[in-house]
Amino acid sequence: MSTSSVEIKVCLGTSGNAAGGEEVLRLFRHYVFDRAVEARIGTRCEFRKVGCRGFCSKDVLVDVIINGSKTTYQSVKPIMVERIVDDHIVGGGPIPEWMAGDEYTSFHSKQYKIILGPCGEIDPENIDDYIRMNGYRAARKAVTKMTPDGVIDVVTQSGLRGRGGSGFSTGEKWRICRGQKNDTRYIIGNVGEVNRALAEGNPHAIIEGLLIGGYAIGAQKGYLYIRERYHLSVERLRTALDQARDKGFIGKDIFGSGFDFNIEFSFGTESFICGEETALMESIEGKRAMPRYRPPFPAEKGLWGMPTVINNAETFSNIPLIIGMGADWFSSIGTAESKGTKVFTLSGKVKNNGLVEIPMGMPLREIVYSIGGGIAGNRKLKAVQVGGPSGGIIPESMIDMGLDYESLRKVGSIVGSGGMVVFDDEDCIVSVTKFFVEFLQRESCGECTPCRIGTKRMLELLIKITDGTGEIEDLDTLNRLSGIMTASSLCGLGRTASNPFITSFNHFRDEYLAHIRDKKCPAGVCPALVVFMVVPEKCKGCGLCRKACPAGAVTGEIKKAHDINQELCIKCGACYKVCKLKAIKKQ
Amino acid sequence: MEKPINSISLVIDGKQISVPSGTTILDAAKQVGITIPALCYHPKVSRSGACRVCIVEVGGTLVTACTTPVSGGMEVITNSPYVENMRRDLIDLILSDHPYDCMVCQKTGECELQELAYKYSIRNPVFRGERRQYAQKDGNPFIDRDMEKCILCGRCVKICDEVQGVGAIDFAYKGFWAKVCPPFEQDLNCEFCGQCVMVCPTGALIGKNWVARGRYWNMREVESTCPYCGVGCTLSLHVKENEIVRVTAKEGRGVNDGLLCVKGRFGYQFVSSPDRLKTPLIRRRKGGDLEPATWDEALGVVASRLKRVKEQYGPDAIAGLSSARCTTEDNYLFQKFMRAAVGTNNVDHCARL
Ligand SMILES: Cc1cc2nc3c(=O)[nH]c(=O)nc-3n(C[C@H](O)[C@H](O)[C@H](O)COP(=O)(O)O)c2cc1C
Repeated sequence: MSTSSVEIKVCLGTSGNAAGGEEVLRLFRHYVFDRAVEARIGTRCEFRKVGCRGFCSKDVLVDVIINGSKTTYQSVKPIMVERIVDDHIVGGGPIPEWMAGDEYTSFHSKQYKIILGPCGEIDPENIDDYIRMNGYRAARKAVTKMTPDGVIDVVTQSGLRGRGGSGFSTGEKWRICRGQKNDTRYIIGNVGEVNRALAEGNPHAIIEGLLIGGYAIGAQKGYLYIRERYHLSVERLRTALDQARDKGFIGKDIFGSGFDFNIEFSFGTESFICGEETALMESIEGKRAMPRYRPPFPAEKGLWGMPTVINNAETFSNIPLIIGMGADWFSSIGTAESKGTKVFTLSGKVKNNGLVEIPMGMPLREIVYSIGGGIAGNRKLKAVQVGGPSGGIIPESMIDMGLDYESLRKVGSIVGSGGMVVFDDEDCIVSVTKFFVEFLQRESCGECTPCRIGTKRMLELLIKITDGTGEIEDLDTLNRLSGIMTASSLCGLGRTASNPFITSFNHFRDEYLAHIRDKKCPAGVCPALVVFMVVPEKCKGCGLCRKACPAGAVTGEIKKAHDINQELCIKCGACYKVCKLKAIKKQ
Repeated sequence: MEKPINSISLVIDGKQISVPSGTTILDAAKQVGITIPALCYHPKVSRSGACRVCIVEVGGTLVTACTTPVSGGMEVITNSPYVENMRRDLIDLILSDHPYDCMVCQKTGECELQELAYKYSIRNPVFRGERRQYAQKDGNPFIDRDMEKCILCGRCVKICDEVQGVGAIDFAYKGFWAKVCPPFEQDLNCEFCGQCVMVCPTGALIGKNWVARGRYWNMREVESTCPYCGVGCTLSLHVKENEIVRVTAKEGRGVNDGLLCVKGRFGYQFVSSPDRLKTPLIRRRKGGDLEPATWDEALGVVASRLKRVKEQYGPDAIAGLSSARCTTEDNYLFQKFMRAAVGTNNVDHCARL
């Protein structure tokens, strides 16, 4: 078989790496060489490391592109590589049983990947790949052909709002900062957990956005703030930055315009509060990450006391597109008030987990059912938690709402970090709420009273309720606490920490009451409130549950109905899961 | 760069007031006689807005009065039911994690938290739960650090860093378990100036010397000058049964304006020491004991000996060393005496280095 071009793309995001992507790539190189593929087909084979495509549950994902015709393989293991090379690349016959199936197509077809798109296509460690798809053209245009105010105008007109927090207009923020009298100004890229795919898959877009922002506000220096532990993100951003410097895109006299701009890394530790903009600035200054009071806002008085713009890495990734393709193009995507797209981390009980990018305003239903492929195990959808740990819990009945800043605010949630967790009827909403509050309580910095003590008291009350010792008055206390924390906390963490409780209490009051009044956990999750029992009529005495029980609580003779000793039972549910006859019931 | 001072007009609790721009709501309110309670605010340190107790209502939302600058046309309400309830609940939250031992606490009667609990009549907190408990006590010689009573206001951290320039303590741990401590939770090992003790609003920081030595209302306060060095800090001696049991300094008094060092604050026990000299002593015979004498006799001896040495060997055979424990005026007189009366420049002082 003769062909003129072969390209092999291996997904090497964090998840691709973890699934053995490096080894898969090495073996592709090995077998292509071993089988003398290049000599046989008369052309070079191109190997490309690409970033994450979001469909991490099926990593390693590999594209084999022959003459422009692409075949995607999923869950590729090292042992599968030899056959792909022999059968497909040499033999010309793709291997259908290993190919990505319908869920891969449906996962992607409803998405609108303007910023995640390049992540699965280009080599993030090669600046030429980025330049080939018009990379740094927007920066050149901004710096050489536009005034800083002109850039700010375009960004403002595009309607872009911050992707990391409260959704403040990015153009407005830049304008306020530019309007300050000081000569020294800073711009900071806040690279959070959810931005890792961007940093790993298309780091140059973040750097280019930062550069354009720096030009617009008149900053001399930019910072990339990222947790040191995100090794791959740091490595790719650092490589990208070095390459951009070599090309003269970062440094002195950029594009011959006389504009000087440098970018430096600053590393954070394992702390949620480090993402909060003022705590982050304290952290860059070498202090303990504790938020500052506002006003003054960072745009007036930020890092080292100078006017500072801080934006999320996803916000910055949108900038080159807006400058390159225009404000009108960008604002044609999304809703009246929320423009463009948003990346969400879809997880929980959906069939297809992963990172998804959707146009603002897409109904929640579509994400869960079309992109997510519906609820795993065909169970019943119960609720979706949107916006990260301090987002709101949205019940199934409201699933037709659109995902945009206004709609989410209306239901007591936030866009936040773009977290999205799907729960089914086996999830206990009180436990879920407790889980998020536990996180927030642990991550509170301890500076202000309502957050430091409020989150703790809130968690204690939720534990009390799930332990079966809750009292009706506890609900009043929880609501009172929510009121204090929301209205009087110093920073966003405390102000939003009661969102999970407020929303879940509004929509699932009965479930709270069941825990407190009836001492029952309707979902059968809370160990203190659930009893596992054998239904004697159904039990055939197979002994599976007896073997599965780690506490020795199940007794019974073979072929006779078993029994569970409630004194010994630790409520782990192992018997329930293992029984094929549904002979064990939860109450 | 001095900013031009623009006058800003605003209304606080219905009272019209004009203040320079940059003034905080808290300071503006003070000028019209409205005291807004605050636990983390302290005039000597930078603001943090941590305790949230000074919240006031501006246009329906709550802002902290200690950090928010006034703006033109602002309408501030410091005592609406919404604000007062919120403040009450914040104090309640703090008390839910505070030892209920006011009856034995040294700070009773001077405790800012106790005052607020009293003001808002919080007998039993609405909020209840785990209380921080620490077994380890700080073994330093001067300051009792009871971190269970700490409300994390941060005044001590800031005064140590910003005023004293030492930085001996900072926040450690996170959230509910956040704790002010020296590095690695070792015993405090600093200058022991005790500025932290002075600003602590609760009984978390107390001078070890005065624990259980009496309640403040049973003491007489006597203003005095510190005898330790030429700075001459103004002291407030707390005297009970004719004994000094505690030393403080008052803001606005003297050169020290409320600040002290370890000697002035903690080193007062010598005052009532039985070893103190009460008269001059003279050794009248070679090899004999030191014997009490009158000042006239003692000064006479010194004068005649100095005169003899000067006549015999010249003035440069004499040198004078004076003490940092004398006032500047005393030291001035001493060098004058050495130069003019004795006639030598051989005069030095222990604080010269
Ligand atoms: C507790 C907390 C954590 C946060 N974490 C992040 C984060 O990881 N990444 C981020 O971009 N913004 C985070 N934010 C929001 C930032 O404070 C800030 O609003 C944002 O970076 C501004 O950028 P944007 O305007 O582009 O959204 C956090 C806020 C809070 C209160």
